[in-house]
Amino acid sequence: MYDPRLVQPMRDETVAMGLEELTTVAEVDAVFANHNGTALVLVNSVCGCAAGTARPALKQALSHGVTPDNVYSVFAGMDKDATQRARSYFGEDFQPSSPSMALLRDGEVVTMLHRHMIEGRSLEDIAADLTAAFDKHCGTTV
Amino acid sequence: MSGHVFHPGHHDLHGITVVVETSGDNTYVGRFDREDDELAYLKDVGVHEAGSQSWGEYLDRTMLYGVKVDQRDLVVPRAEITSVRKLTEVAGR
Repeated sequence: MYDPRLVQPMRDETVAMGLEELTTVAEVDAVFANHNGTALVLVNSVCGCAAGTARPALKQALSHGVTPDNVYSVFAGMDKDATQRARSYFGEDFQPSSPSMALLRDGEVVTMLHRHMIEGRSLEDIAADLTAAFDKHCGTTV
Repeated sequence: MSGHVFHPGHHDLHGITVVVETSGDNTYVGRFDREDDELAYLKDVGVHEAGSQSWGEYLDRTMLYGVKVDQRDLVVPRAEITSVRKLTEVAGR
């Protein structure tokens, strides 16, 4: 685990862009036990190789016209129990990685952006993947 | 804080999920950490063995669902490596 003082700016960055931090199992369960609608979960990470791009890419994507109903974050390596619980809602097929982003609709993962889809890519390309997913899954249900 | 890196001075592929093909039966998929004159060091590595699930299916499933980790740390002799490519360049998206 990293020094919480070093990590705090990375937490603040997500809160400033409108994400609700889930730091305990109880908080995760309260949100996802019976979740309806769309939600994006950022599995945050200290790793600058990927998370340093993931966070601003998400910020850019959230300025798009179509966005999830709710946006949350859990912090891998810091809030381990909450992160593990959040991953349990993603389904057992998905392997853990951080940073990563899961878009859920009515409790089911409809898009997963794994770490390997983030690392080494531009902010704009990642944001484009996210906005495409938002357009596909977060529009008005007919 | 965006772009902050705790480990500066790293290899170009440091932190990137790569597919390491070897002259043996195994292909490795994991995060490239570093290399020296003789060895390449990988983290959180999935191992595909020839003769099991097809190579392409294994990589496509890994692309879709992520790396199923078989070994947390793996050291591969560079003499055995035939190619190192990013997973995103090898598997379909």
